[in-house]
Amino acid sequence: MTRIAIDPISRIEGHLRIEVQVDGGAVSDAWASATMFRGIELILKGRDPRDAWTITQRACGVCTTVHALASVRTVEDALGIKVPSNARILRNLIQATQYIQDHVIHFYHLHALDWVDVVSALDADPEATSKLAQSISDWPKSSTDYFKAVKDKLASYVSSGQLGPFGNAYWGHAAYKLPPEANLMAVAHYLEALDWQRDVIRAHAILGSKNPHLQTYLVGGMATPIDPTSQAAINADTIATLQGLFRTAKEFVDKVYLPDVLAIAPFYLDWAAIGGGLGNYLSYGDFPQADGTPWLPSGFLLNKDLSKVHDVNQEKIAEHVAHSWYSYDDEKKGKHPWEGETNPNFTGPKPPYKFLETDQKYTWMKAPRLEDHAMEVGPLARMLVAYASGHERVVEVVNSVLNTLGAGPEALFSTLGRTAARCIETVIVAEQLEPWTNELIANIAAGDIAVHEGSMWDPKNWPSEAKGWGHTEAPRGSLGHWIHIQDQKTLNYQMVVPSTWNCSPRDSKGQVGAYESALVGTPIADEKMPLEVLRTVHSFDPCIACGVHLLDVDGNEINQVSIDPVEKFTSPLLKVRGAR
Amino acid sequence: MLDRPAYKTLVLGVGNTLMGDEGVGVHVIERLLAGYKIPEEVQVLDGGVLGMDLLYYLEGIENLLLVDAVEAHKEPGTIIRLENDEVPAFLSMKISPHQVGVPDMLAVAKIKDVYPKRLVLWGIQPEFLSMGLDLSPLISSKVDFLVDKLVEQLTGWGHVIK
Repeated sequence: MTRIAIDPISRIEGHLRIEVQVDGGAVSDAWASATMFRGIELILKGRDPRDAWTITQRACGVCTTVHALASVRTVEDALGIKVPSNARILRNLIQATQYIQDHVIHFYHLHALDWVDVVSALDADPEATSKLAQSISDWPKSSTDYFKAVKDKLASYVSSGQLGPFGNAYWGHAAYKLPPEANLMAVAHYLEALDWQRDVIRAHAILGSKNPHLQTYLVGGMATPIDPTSQAAINADTIATLQGLFRTAKEFVDKVYLPDVLAIAPFYLDWAAIGGGLGNYLSYGDFPQADGTPWLPSGFLLNKDLSKVHDVNQEKIAEHVAHSWYSYDDEKKGKHPWEGETNPNFTGPKPPYKFLETDQKYTWMKAPRLEDHAMEVGPLARMLVAYASGHERVVEVVNSVLNTLGAGPEALFSTLGRTAARCIETVIVAEQLEPWTNELIANIAAGDIAVHEGSMWDPKNWPSEAKGWGHTEAPRGSLGHWIHIQDQKTLNYQMVVPSTWNCSPRDSKGQVGAYESALVGTPIADEKMPLEVLRTVHSFDPCIACGVHLLDVDGNEINQVSIDPVEKFTSPLLKVRGAR
Repeated sequence: MLDRPAYKTLVLGVGNTLMGDEGVGVHVIERLLAGYKIPEEVQVLDGGVLGMDLLYYLEGIENLLLVDAVEAHKEPGTIIRLENDEVPAFLSMKISPHQVGVPDMLAVAKIKDVYPKRLVLWGIQPEFLSMGLDLSPLISSKVDFLVDKLVEQLTGWGHVIK
């Protein structure tokens, strides 16, 4: 039996640490820990609730905008504000762009290296690569010359490096299965995705004045002006530019991302039976439509049962701290976010340590539960809830992908299913950009240019006491904010973010969280290079900067954990050898 | 297509200013900007914690002057100078998109053909990497030295720094 800890040092605070027990070549138990904490919620106390969105969205620079959206919705819920149709559409367009950009970047720049062996691409035949590419898509960049140029570039880079340029990954690991041509094609698309995303995210700069951290949200609507006669507002020119960017976005998804996933997946079908985990899936639903219902439905599933979609009642969410570095009076019970408390109680080992004391408290993440169930959130959860709810387009695309891979719906409950669901979601969200833009155009044509509902803007009109819940489905999963307003000020503010669900530790009953559950059973070929653990963790798109949120005001007891024992996980802090 | 002015030289300070000495690169850049008049062909950029997003700023430049905290397994405060291929450029395994890394960015710059003609890194071995906005006194005392080195290098590349 071996214990492995994977604990990279991250440039942005909020680290994820995974410890696994390996027994007979497979993971027998797993623990997910967030080893640093930070504070956004305490900063909000006593402040104007209308400013909360601009502060909360600073929780993270990766899922920019999602906290802004959840926050304005929270205050709008507390004050009973209904936003105008144009604000609803603009928010949907921003959110949809965020999904598409974020999912593509996740696949090519984080997850693909789990499946694609870059060094193997050097053995590829460019002509055969071209044939492969043309057989799966009519994407124009697919000639023999094009792939030869990429290969030459890669080869000259590898040969020029003095420090063994590819020495810091798992290249050549037995778990890589793709033929060299598929690897070369994927490397080419890795590079193309960089240029593509830089263009696509311009939509956020147009709609949000800047990216990251858009500036145009507003409690009651949006501050993006619509005025067909002004150059400084959303007008016909701006909309034409957006339509162009949206076409660029969709084309890459349809002609590169989806074909790549379908081309790579058949080599890894064994991963359709690995990494399933909890089998409980939650989606709050999102992309509100004109009639108020969410375009992606709300609901939760239990025990992989697609025949019954349960209704989400947010009052039945509770956060536990039995294994988290906080204290409650009664740690056998959870607390609803409105009653949420954040009393730090660090009892962990003093760094540097080898392993966490996982039978006690072991993380800065709380353990959220819905009706006492641990939940997985994210694209797979959303697609499964939509599939089980009979969402027409989701059913169609999911079935088509399953048919192509020759798999049944049970294949979705897996690491590969998570990766496929993210791609399926990107495809169907990209299809909505055009109709949603047309909805905006129709409103403007009809003379409706309202973007803000201002009757409750003045705090004089507010009740002395109000509580609200705002939610969104961030690319990584269900995000909820809760506010308690008293005398026009924020009395309490709590956020339960996607990674709090997925990276949850055990709760007071000992029930494991989503990562912890998904890792059990994962085969490990080489304990020194736990590539397989990374595959499953990456399939969730981990991002925990916003998951732990209390400022360490006193400072010192929580120092940086020493550099991880698995040397292959590099610190972004530039490491050099032979320095003078 | 570039939608910004074409610069000849980029001075890039990177790091997380919320993590003590991790942010030293950004502190040096700020000191440089406060103390000197930078000619228009030189761009001085606070790269913060951006990774691949910085590639865009490499397009069209000839010289890249990097300043960053560096893990060289030396005494805290040790100053390190590296040039060209001595600066590591590799794609590494990551656990989350937060592990943005200069080596990854430089690796992709090589493959995408935007790697600069000349690259110099001035680095320093950090002392404390815990949450906090301030540099440790030791590292703080070296900031001016690093600024002088940047000015020296820019002058060496033919820029007039006053």
